[in-house]
Amino acid sequence: MRVNVIVNGEAMTADDVWEGESLLYALRERLGLPGAKNACEQGECGSCTVYLDGIPVCACLVAIGQAEGRSVVTVEGLADGESLDEVQRAFVECGAVQCGFCTPGLIVQAHSLIASTSGVPEDAEIREALAGNLCRCTGYEKILDAVRLAAARKAAL
Amino acid sequence: MRYVGQPIDRLDGVAKTTGAARFSAEYPYPNLAYAALVHATIARGRITRIDTGTARKTPGVLAVITHGNAPEMKPAPKPNQFDMSTLAAATSVNYLNTDEVYWNGQPVAVVVAETLDVAREAAYLIEVEYAEYPAAVDFAAEEGNARPQKSTMLSEADGRKGDAEAALADAPFALDLRYTTAQVNHNAIEPHSTTAYWDGDHLILHEGSQNVAWVRDHLAIRFDLPKQNVRVISPFVGGAFGGKSFVWPGTVLTALAAKVTGRPVRMMLTREGVFRTVGGRTPSIQRVAIGAQLDGSMTALIHTSVCQVGRTGGWSEQVTSVSRHLYDAANIQVQQNLVGMDLLANTIMRAPGESIGSFALEATVDELAYELGLDPIELRARNEPARNPLDGKAFSHRLLMECFEEGAKEFGWAGRPQEPGSMRDGRWLIGMGVAAAYHPAWRFPANLTVRLSDDGTVLIRCGLHEMGMGSATAVSQIAADALCVPMAAVTVAYGDTALPDTTTAGASSQTASVTASLLAACAKLDRAVFTLARKTPGSPLRGLRRADVTARDGGLYNGSRGESYHDILRRAGRASVEARVGADTRLGEIADQVRSMSKFLLDRRRWVKAACGAQFCEVLVDSDTGETRISRWLGVFDVGRVVNAKTAASQLRGGIVMGIGLALTEETLVDPRNGRIVNASLSEYHVPVHADIPVIDVRYLDDPDPTMPLGVVGIGEVGVTGVAGAVANAVFHATGKRIRDLPITLDKLL
Ligand code: FES
Ligand code: FES
Repeated sequence: MRVNVIVNGEAMTADDVWEGESLLYALRERLGLPGAKNACEQGECGSCTVYLDGIPVCACLVAIGQAEGRSVVTVEGLADGESLDEVQRAFVECGAVQCGFCTPGLIVQAHSLIASTSGVPEDAEIREALAGNLCRCTGYEKILDAVRLAAARKAAL
Repeated sequence: MRYVGQPIDRLDGVAKTTGAARFSAEYPYPNLAYAALVHATIARGRITRIDTGTARKTPGVLAVITHGNAPEMKPAPKPNQFDMSTLAAATSVNYLNTDEVYWNGQPVAVVVAETLDVAREAAYLIEVEYAEYPAAVDFAAEEGNARPQKSTMLSEADGRKGDAEAALADAPFALDLRYTTAQVNHNAIEPHSTTAYWDGDHLILHEGSQNVAWVRDHLAIRFDLPKQNVRVISPFVGGAFGGKSFVWPGTVLTALAAKVTGRPVRMMLTREGVFRTVGGRTPSIQRVAIGAQLDGSMTALIHTSVCQVGRTGGWSEQVTSVSRHLYDAANIQVQQNLVGMDLLANTIMRAPGESIGSFALEATVDELAYELGLDPIELRARNEPARNPLDGKAFSHRLLMECFEEGAKEFGWAGRPQEPGSMRDGRWLIGMGVAAAYHPAWRFPANLTVRLSDDGTVLIRCGLHEMGMGSATAVSQIAADALCVPMAAVTVAYGDTALPDTTTAGASSQTASVTASLLAACAKLDRAVFTLARKTPGSPLRGLRRADVTARDGGLYNGSRGESYHDILRRAGRASVEARVGADTRLGEIADQVRSMSKFLLDRRRWVKAACGAQFCEVLVDSDTGETRISRWLGVFDVGRVVNAKTAASQLRGGIVMGIGLALTEETLVDPRNGRIVNASLSEYHVPVHADIPVIDVRYLDDPDPTMPLGVVGIGEVGVTGVAGAVANAVFHATGKRIRDLPITLDKLL
């Protein structure tokens, strides 16, 4: 099939795509957007998290056919040109990034958590919201710091 | 020092948070093809028939490669301690060049197709029949076949002082305990992936690796190429923890698939594929016996272990290493044993040996403390050695008791009732546990160049590896301080065999190894630049001695007399000045290796060097279900000098979380009938998630080791050691139950 998706605000198409192929694969291998990562392909790790019509999903579990005509935002679409989103900035400043493989998924998930909470979310809330995003490097602590910092900065805007 | 020690943002942070960082599976190539593996389903035997007909006919399939049609490859070289790159082969199997199967999961075919889905579908359509041979796959059942492990230059497998068995028999207090630990796997979040491309007889490989030179050397041997024809590029590695140190089948087979198809080929292992083709940490059976006087002083310490190795390869872990160093027992005996199994080669994983060895030792010490009615920290203090207990060598630096003292204060250790089962909050039983952390410090030769350009910038070319530790950032900080230039002026090129060979990113040695060479190169560069300035007509530094001049603000000055590097180079008409550590000829390389090896051995004869620390843990155990939660954690470490306070803390925390996984949730289950891993996925293999982990307080004493470059000891592995011991001890304090088998799952507490 030919698929049409709006990715990071831009209409994109790909031809000769099997509709059962994952959205993750299409983004990474066909549309030149490898920001969302592939680490389990079964919805366990959250590395592939992207927005689909404003809702964070595991792109590995979405068939490209299901995304037809819909809007996708990936980690590549969060910064405004050179200027990073608060969540990205906070991840760098707090040292919440190590190998960086879990980072894009976490950033999208954290971005969505902050967008849907007013003010700074409670620690327990953050841990629960990010429980589906595995990180093997950081020990999680600094990720929490980053989420709190970004939330506080966004709330102050 | 302006930068060293500061919590500086990592240099690749922006690339990693915006999705711009390119990992090994993310290099675009025109005409890229995708490869998938077919795994053997038996443990040991021979392929009698392999039917690839339907797979071949699947539209989009480019090639199906099996032992029947694969081009010949050279076998892996025999491991040789004097040529470290021969250790790179993860297994000795010549993949697809043999009809023999050595482990359940061994690749028996590779499918290359236009898309990954087609490759995988076709892989499913391949039918393989086998003649099965008897196989040893049940670790527990093989214990009796274990044989003593031999000591090597890099790893000591046995040791004794006095007669520990006799002393144990005579001791007024004695414990003799048996422990087991499960196999665990690294599960770096990035699965192993390779993108390979042949340009004539040159092979270019994108591969997440902890040692790009090893990958290059190994592939050069397998494909019979001169080394310089292979280039391995690996600037971003999505976590590794030891699992990307050696060359596993996927890497070799991607290069092979690219050769067969004449196309660039990408192989992204599935999580299952990683479990089947990349080894994990060996399971272990350990005995720890301690004899003590009534005052707690140890008269006997015995630590023995049984671990597995695959018959085609496997790393022998130094499980008993902690017992060589931690306690001042009058008589000591350590012995590691190995049993060969028809399983995938096991490999190094974060603190191989110490992570599981410290569990058994530290749990026994805790048990002894309770037996004697002593505080576990007090018992440790009474047995803290002044010199290395086994052989009397000097410690270069050791603040272990200081770590315990600071930790005890911060954690509120003294306030706890020592009686087990005495703290409770509703249905939660509360317990506190403590254990020592310990990891030896290592240093290996590292080559690099430092170039100062006439625009005042500094370029460091160095094949180091960045798996998340912040190595490149640390190197920039150190160089900026050494040359007195702003950090923004420093660039580090790394993760590429086109750069000087560095060292393996393992054994927590990379920073120390690179630092030594970097400081030497910066000193050389400084001399070269000064000499240049001194000799250049018109230079304000003309005629001065080096001792009269200080480097500051990106230049050389004597009071107000002097000039910037930029001006020095311009005046001399030089575009750049470069200093190099390490030879660029084969002969020079060998001489370097011999020199550094003898230095290394001499150093090891004089000193015992290590990072150490104290792990404090509080657990909650549900009195009805046995569910165990970690509620508080504090780790206080002696890791020598900390180069970057921001990245260091996360290295230690990440280690602690991995240790919590080892203690409570992680277990690779091998089917005892056929050697197949049954939980080869992240849904069945449980790594700790955000919601499992409390606030982890990490501190370090930041006291440089006088015998290490800049005082750096290495920080990547010590964090995981002692963790499982602290958890088990806390579980005992909460419940009164000693669980001596990891992981401590709730069924063991009911
Ligand atoms: S790759 Fe999608 S959840 Fe792991
Ligand atoms: S930073 Fe490596 S997995 Fe999170």
